[in-house]
Amino acid sequence: MNDFWIILVGALVAGSCSVLGCFLIVRKMTLIGDAISHSVLPGIVLAFLITGTRDSVPMLIGAAALGLLTVFLIQLFQSSGVQSDAAIGIVFTSLFATGIVLVSLYTQQIDFDLEHVLYGEIAYTPWNTMTIAGIEAGPKAVWIVGSCFILNLILIFLFFKQFKLVSFDPSLAAAMGIPVLFFHYLLMSLISLTTVASFDSVGSILVVGMLIIPAATAYLLSDRLSRMILVSIGVGGLSSVIGYYSATILDASISGCMVGSAAILFGLAFLFSPGNGVVSLLLKRRKSKESHA
Amino acid sequence: MNQAALKVENLTIAYHKKPVVEDVSFEVPEGNLIGIIGPNGAGKSTLIKGILELIPKISGHITIKGSTYKSMRKSIGYVPQRESVDWDFPTNALDVVMMGRYGHLGWLRRPGKSERQKGMECLEKVGMAEYANRQISQLSGGQQQRIFLARALAQEADIYFMDEPFVGVDAATEKAIIQLLMELKEKGKTVLVVHHDLSTVKEYFDWTMLLNKKVMKIGPTEEVFIPEYLQATYGGRLAILSDTKSGLLLK
Amino acid sequence: MNIMDIITDPNTRWILLGTMFLGLSSGVIGSFAYLRKQSLLGDTLAHAALPGICVAFMLTGVKSTSYFLIGAALAGLVAVFLISVLTRYSKIKQDAALGIVLSSFFGFGIVMLTQIQQSEYGNQSGLDTFLFGQTASMVMSDVYMMMTVSFILIFTCTVFFKEFKLLSFDPGFAKGMGLPVVFLDYFIMMLIVAAVVIGIQAVGVVLMASLLITPAVSARYWTERLHIMVILSGIFGMLSGVSGTLISTSVNDLPTGPLIVLSATVWFFFSMLFAPKRGVLSSIWRRVSTKKKYSLEQDRRKGSHSS
Repeated sequence: MNDFWIILVGALVAGSCSVLGCFLIVRKMTLIGDAISHSVLPGIVLAFLITGTRDSVPMLIGAAALGLLTVFLIQLFQSSGVQSDAAIGIVFTSLFATGIVLVSLYTQQIDFDLEHVLYGEIAYTPWNTMTIAGIEAGPKAVWIVGSCFILNLILIFLFFKQFKLVSFDPSLAAAMGIPVLFFHYLLMSLISLTTVASFDSVGSILVVGMLIIPAATAYLLSDRLSRMILVSIGVGGLSSVIGYYSATILDASISGCMVGSAAILFGLAFLFSPGNGVVSLLLKRRKSKESHA
Repeated sequence: MNQAALKVENLTIAYHKKPVVEDVSFEVPEGNLIGIIGPNGAGKSTLIKGILELIPKISGHITIKGSTYKSMRKSIGYVPQRESVDWDFPTNALDVVMMGRYGHLGWLRRPGKSERQKGMECLEKVGMAEYANRQISQLSGGQQQRIFLARALAQEADIYFMDEPFVGVDAATEKAIIQLLMELKEKGKTVLVVHHDLSTVKEYFDWTMLLNKKVMKIGPTEEVFIPEYLQATYGGRLAILSDTKSGLLLK
Repeated sequence: MNIMDIITDPNTRWILLGTMFLGLSSGVIGSFAYLRKQSLLGDTLAHAALPGICVAFMLTGVKSTSYFLIGAALAGLVAVFLISVLTRYSKIKQDAALGIVLSSFFGFGIVMLTQIQQSEYGNQSGLDTFLFGQTASMVMSDVYMMMTVSFILIFTCTVFFKEFKLLSFDPGFAKGMGLPVVFLDYFIMMLIVAAVVIGIQAVGVVLMASLLITPAVSARYWTERLHIMVILSGIFGMLSGVSGTLISTSVNDLPTGPLIVLSATVWFFFSMLFAPKRGVLSSIWRRVSTKKKYSLEQDRRKGSHSS
């Protein structure tokens, strides 16, 4: 049963991240997603230091605030003349460094340490249960990550056409009166929230893997954005299953294995995708050579 | 006197303190095809983007058919430059055309049957109906331009802004596009086109605007598209082949 | 320990020298990376180094910095290769390729790291100091290596300065002039790998990108001339390395990496605000004084008209 909870949390994390990751991929903003998942760290730590608890709500607020701050700072530096990739680099490394320093200084008072920051404690999720209205309701992580997953799905579904147009052709969207900047910040806020929700389980750095890799795999396997999102959720879930079992066999970090599995699935798609894979393109080329011969 | 389709007053757009479009004012009448021409860097694309509020402006007031731009958004159609979009995006031709309807759907409504139908009609008008389900990365330059146009038609606008729609497009597509523009004009629509090819200006456009940061001249093509004004706009970098025919651009 | 104790301790002095050179060389090669818009490549290479280090340990069973660094270098080369394969043979774009390689390699690295830590050799591996950097665990041979590689890096950048400059600004022209553009491209990337490899001991894989990016951006605010930017970037890198190391050594619990990053960021803010001409404060001052001059002119003109 414990296996099930762990796999479920992993799958929910992968699902929440990949839904958002699809938009990062098509908008060529994957590195900003990378940046945000690192920069929320000081927000989480500050929330803990201020409230003295590991309650989710203050952490989510802290994360959302840092996420918006990150995007704001990146744009600020860009308009001041710094190149976009360098601006991203400066912002996330300094914010993440601040977070690490805070964690190191106050390690005794917090029960999270540097390693937790990196790869979380997904193995402990089955025992960290919560009660709702006095009834044992299962692992807390499932509720948190599950709500996050549902939130992402609902918002993306409701505003699908806006997110799609803003990603494909922001100038037309703006000309039509769609608030492009609003949807941009909305996406970035969702990423911040998702990072924090996943942080406890898979650690902040491995969230990046889940943001990018399943979505990239789906990118190579899909022709339509809607299908790309569904495929990425599926790939994420599969990575979670494979990752968990390989971690038990190898006796290694569960979240690391989940990202590793996602990477292997990507590799397979890269080679064998029917439309875009290297192997199928080579076969197509050979066939056309033969037919011309 | 007909109300001007578009009226621009004192539009100035600057980039890092350097004015790219300087104190531009003009009016265009309804039901015309207007070509905007000028040398590279003259601010033609910038002008359109400024009018459509896609980039911030330092000053300027835009009126469409007598009302503010914001209130007339639904009556405006826009065809951006083809390169402004990533053609590897996972979507097909029909989907792109249907995006033209999003402005009419409001915040929450999803595109449905009637949007699909309108989308197919517009694809037919540009001769791309059989490519409806084709991935856009598999389309040629000319085909991509056609679906961009179909998308603009789907917007069902009264005034259209097109940014270099004839660039990198084969002769058949160019003919098809200009035919479509003529049909729009017959229906009383107004179309402003940023154009790069001087040799076709006289043939395509009723009105012409010569732009080089400022409006050098605007008016009916026969009056405006003459060597004297052209030389002024292009700063002498133009070699005119003959007086009655078009000029040949020399850089 | 206070600062005086630190500086007089001979061992620490050597470490300081090492991080000084490390900061210097990272700053120098970072300037070129910045100009070529390859700033985040350094981040990817640094994260990719982790599995390389782990594999080196797993193969040799020995905690040896040189083996680790060879592993890191090889991993870096594989990463560079994969990034170009991804972008060339599929519709995956540059940013996504960097992200995929970065997180995949890092994920594999964490898998290996946790495995190693479970095994008997785990505690002696000292591998986790590579995550966030720890200068305190550096020994003399590490410092020698840092200084040697740094010398080579700086020397190379000086010798090939003209070529790198041309390649960064106008690769088309460079090719036309007969420069072996592809070779130089890879050469610069190898230099970045080298800087990453020596840097991760002090700064760690997660934050190494900062030492390649932040000093270069800070230097950019002060000058338009490339050779001054490169030198200034090196100096900022050096100062960041030194201050980060000093603080880290005096407070036992803190890893060095984040402190070096924060020092570099402080210099960045200082440059962004106070640099003449390109700094924020100076542009505001100029805008205000131009407005004043303009309105004075207006008044004068009005005055002369009315009189």
